[in-house]
Amino acid sequence: MAETELVNLTIEGLPVSVPKGTLLIEAAKQAGVMIPHYCYHPGLPVAGVCRMCLVEIEKAPKLQIACATQVAEGMVVHVLSEKARSARQGVLEFLLINHPLDCPICDQAGECELQDFVFQEGRARTRYTPTYPKRFNPVEDFGGDILYVPNRCILCTRCVRFMDEVAQHPVLNVSERGDRAYIGIHPEQRLDHPWAGNVVDLCPVGSLLSKDFLHKARAWELDKTASICTGCSQGCNVNLDTRGDVVVRIRPRPNLEVNRYFMCDHGREQYRRMNRGDRIEAPLIERGSELAAVTWDHALAEAARVLKGATGEAVALVSPHASTEALFLLRRLLQRFSLTAAVRVERVPGEAPLPGVPGLALRSERAPNVMGATLLGYREAFEEAVEALPGAAVAVVLEDGLDGVPAQALAGVGHLIYLGTRLPEAARAARVVLPTTNVAEEDGTFVSRDRRIQRYFQAKPAPGMARPAWWVLGELLAALGQGGPFLSASEVFDWLSREEAVFGGLSYDRLGTQGVVLPEGRPAGVGA
Amino acid sequence: MGYPHPPHPKETVVLSQYFGDPEARTYEGWVKRGGYQALEQALAMDPARVIEVVKESGLRGRGGAGFPTGLKWSFMPKEKKRPHYLCCNADESEPGTFKDREIMRWTPHGLIEACAIAQHAIQAEVAYIYIRGEFTEPYRILAQALQEAYRRGVLGPNAMGSGRRLDIYLHRGAGAYICGEETALMNSIEGRRGNPRIRPPFPAASGLFGMPTTINNVETLAAVPHIIKRGAAWYKSLSLSSPKSTGTKLFSVCGQIRRPGNYELTMGFPLKELLYDLCGGPRPGRTLKACIPGGSSVPILDREEAESCLLDYEGCVAKGTMLGSGGVIVFDDSADMVYQIMRLARFYAHESCAQCTQCREGTAWTVRILQRILAGEGDFKDLDLLLDLAEQMTGKTICVLSDSCAAPVVSGIKKFRGEFEAYIKNGRPARAPARA
Amino acid sequence: MNQTYQPVFTGERKRELDEILKRYPTKRAALLPALWMVQRAHGWISDRAMAEVAEVLELTPAYVKGVVTFYTMYHQHPVGQHFIQVCTTTPCNLCGAERVVEAFLRHTGCGELGATSPDGKYTVIEVECLGACGFATPVLIGDDFIEGVTPEQVPELLRKYA
Repeated sequence: MAETELVNLTIEGLPVSVPKGTLLIEAAKQAGVMIPHYCYHPGLPVAGVCRMCLVEIEKAPKLQIACATQVAEGMVVHVLSEKARSARQGVLEFLLINHPLDCPICDQAGECELQDFVFQEGRARTRYTPTYPKRFNPVEDFGGDILYVPNRCILCTRCVRFMDEVAQHPVLNVSERGDRAYIGIHPEQRLDHPWAGNVVDLCPVGSLLSKDFLHKARAWELDKTASICTGCSQGCNVNLDTRGDVVVRIRPRPNLEVNRYFMCDHGREQYRRMNRGDRIEAPLIERGSELAAVTWDHALAEAARVLKGATGEAVALVSPHASTEALFLLRRLLQRFSLTAAVRVERVPGEAPLPGVPGLALRSERAPNVMGATLLGYREAFEEAVEALPGAAVAVVLEDGLDGVPAQALAGVGHLIYLGTRLPEAARAARVVLPTTNVAEEDGTFVSRDRRIQRYFQAKPAPGMARPAWWVLGELLAALGQGGPFLSASEVFDWLSREEAVFGGLSYDRLGTQGVVLPEGRPAGVGA
Repeated sequence: MGYPHPPHPKETVVLSQYFGDPEARTYEGWVKRGGYQALEQALAMDPARVIEVVKESGLRGRGGAGFPTGLKWSFMPKEKKRPHYLCCNADESEPGTFKDREIMRWTPHGLIEACAIAQHAIQAEVAYIYIRGEFTEPYRILAQALQEAYRRGVLGPNAMGSGRRLDIYLHRGAGAYICGEETALMNSIEGRRGNPRIRPPFPAASGLFGMPTTINNVETLAAVPHIIKRGAAWYKSLSLSSPKSTGTKLFSVCGQIRRPGNYELTMGFPLKELLYDLCGGPRPGRTLKACIPGGSSVPILDREEAESCLLDYEGCVAKGTMLGSGGVIVFDDSADMVYQIMRLARFYAHESCAQCTQCREGTAWTVRILQRILAGEGDFKDLDLLLDLAEQMTGKTICVLSDSCAAPVVSGIKKFRGEFEAYIKNGRPARAPARA
Repeated sequence: MNQTYQPVFTGERKRELDEILKRYPTKRAALLPALWMVQRAHGWISDRAMAEVAEVLELTPAYVKGVVTFYTMYHQHPVGQHFIQVCTTTPCNLCGAERVVEAFLRHTGCGELGATSPDGKYTVIEVECLGACGFATPVLIGDDFIEGVTPEQVPELLRKYA
């Protein structure tokens, strides 16, 4: 294949070479120059309407919009020249004449591009006489999770273009003309598409708001942590926005190979799971007919003792929400048993694709690590695992809720060790209960359905004495002299990459924040 | 001829020859007057040759921009790989302009013939005539003429017996000035909001339905059969001043003038003669104050400028304005320039498509400032503000609607500052100057 | 909304639309003509009618509404039996168009612009440039284009639209 032809140009005095056909606004990014813009978004078709990205190009008679201008050899571009600055200042002043300036009560404040650019380059005072009326339209419920505050709208049309071209479900429009224009919807239609929530992220101002997030937090109070969506097996890259130890919302994190700039509404709702209050906060041991809280040392010693004393058959029943690291260590832990290793996958019929991004959909497997479990030898064989329970010397459950597992099946197990975030009624039959952390409280990796292994990062502290499952399992392995202990998930992963061919050569550093696609082929090693 | 007036000896009657002659509206009447001969002639020519002839004639776009027509046609792909389209811009909506309306009302077959020749030249099987929704009568007349043209085999699968298919369809607008902008017009035909498109791509590469498209104004096209019939040299010889402006042009004269109407003049004709000799000058007891020579979007001329302006592309530019569409709006000494400029700005604010920020917000803001001045609540700073906003609204948007709003404001303040200052200094007059 | 909706595109009108569709390579392109047909049938274009057009042309109701609201000649609300549009843009304004508007408002009993007269007969609006500036003041009553209307002629003119 021929090499991509490169074009050389100068942006704010900085030389830059980019492939032919690149838009000036993207070339500037590569030169480290951010050209202010509103309507442009790399995930949407170009509109060229906000006129904010006007730049001066030498030899061009007029200012040009960087979002719709392709680079040309020898182009000399000025972003900060007097002419370009003045044009941006003009746009900002125009955008503000009908804007309510209600930042103190606006959810977008602190992450508002209008606020940012006005602060950066706008006029200190408007020349719009205060006696002039501002455009006023009442707040409208667009349906789904979305409210429209028309007074704040700058008509960038990102939302309309997203629904038209990416969701391909045109339920939004620009209505009316001139300064009477607003984003409209037809009364017979609602903004309830499974991917509609993206319009809130795309809105550069506080005009489209999530009802769920409404007035919950100020943007500047939030910490952002890179994570992977747990809503399905697609592996969308996300950020967890936390305030203190609460995840307040989940937003997409760009990954051009997976979800581009988007995530579905089902994924957004997963933060609720991460904040659940009904957690196991201490290790528990069976004492008579009760479970009693004990120290970690005590609980781990008891679990190790049980495992050491058991021989024969074992059952591992895991959730596809568990990290690859925990799934691996559990296999190692039960290596010397005749093992039935099963993963229970919740499947919801039908998928909800985002048509504008090929290969992206809310998948029917509603868990993030089905592929990770599969690659590590867990089979989707829940019934088989249940049948294997009576008579098994030991059963270890990792985060599975035990729904539908008959009590007599559990009663027939030699010893039940339960690792999980919550304690289902059935788990009260356990010999030892070891409290684990959820995705927001630990580091780890998931493997998406497309075999992309991706890292997620700890976003908030764990409740009580809960620990990451990899730590718990590492301690048990160490107690049994089979490996470990581990100080970090990264160390577990290093061991995994040495032992399992399919993960060979990988490390957390190599995975970075965008992940790596695993080669095809079955894993070798444990349980094979 | 200056319909509704009899032709004036100083007019050069080409396009307007049959204005007022209802017989010319029918197929028979048109053929009797030599109609459809040019089409027959053109169909026998190589398309490239037709384009050559139009290029040689010096014909330039009559819709406002003055782009050389033959050159525009030559941008179309020579080899036809996908459908080509012709759009005829009959959205005539520029305040002060009403020439295309008369062409359609009186010589509908002339326009059909012209479209067919252009279709042949650019290899477009289909043409759409985009006619503004308010033109109910021209629509009916054109629709009837099209029916006749199909019945007579001028159009259809074997157009004029050429063995080739030519179709012309009428597409009715629904009230949007901006649809006169070429890419907005294409969006409107496609069933979209009439939003102008960013360029590139240009229509000749990707226009209507994404296909190579040429778009011409009614008057531009209407000149083509005459050029074919009488030759490029003849057309080119019609030029009184600049050799870059050739042929005849219809000037729609309106406003405060004795004999408003359409006058067909050779390019380069003096505006003064048009106003005083052909149109009879200002109404009794009145004097000329100002004149907009090319439709409401071009800068206003004061009396002195108007009386020394030559009516061609270069002559208007020399006076700091533009020939535009040839809509000549006359203001006499009774006119309240501040009010009329506000009224123009209000037009643009009403018609802004809402895409570009400067236009959407700037046109409306301009109106508010002007209304405040008119209410006697203005400030001297408002004039500088208006000029500054006009600067922000010029050359920065997808199309020129916001430039068009700015032009009369800037030229108005420059040339009639005293009237603005009077409102600001003295407040609203107890009896406002006559607006009629 | 308590009245049953009468679909526009049935029978003869459906066939008319099918003919129109032949002129264009896309269904969407028939949107403006289809909306004209709706307005001819119903007098205005309701939300329900927009949904019908959307269905017939394989568009969405929201899309259709965006288009309807762009074009000022499509009525989004019911109007009087005779819809009167008086041009008041600059050229006509210079020739006294605002007095023509006043005359229409007075003699129709509409009172104000955009309002429908109590008898439901008339709605009067100011319209931007009708494109007949040399024939001030042009007035469009329904589909009738009338040139050179003066305030004095208004009562007589209205008698034809009783």
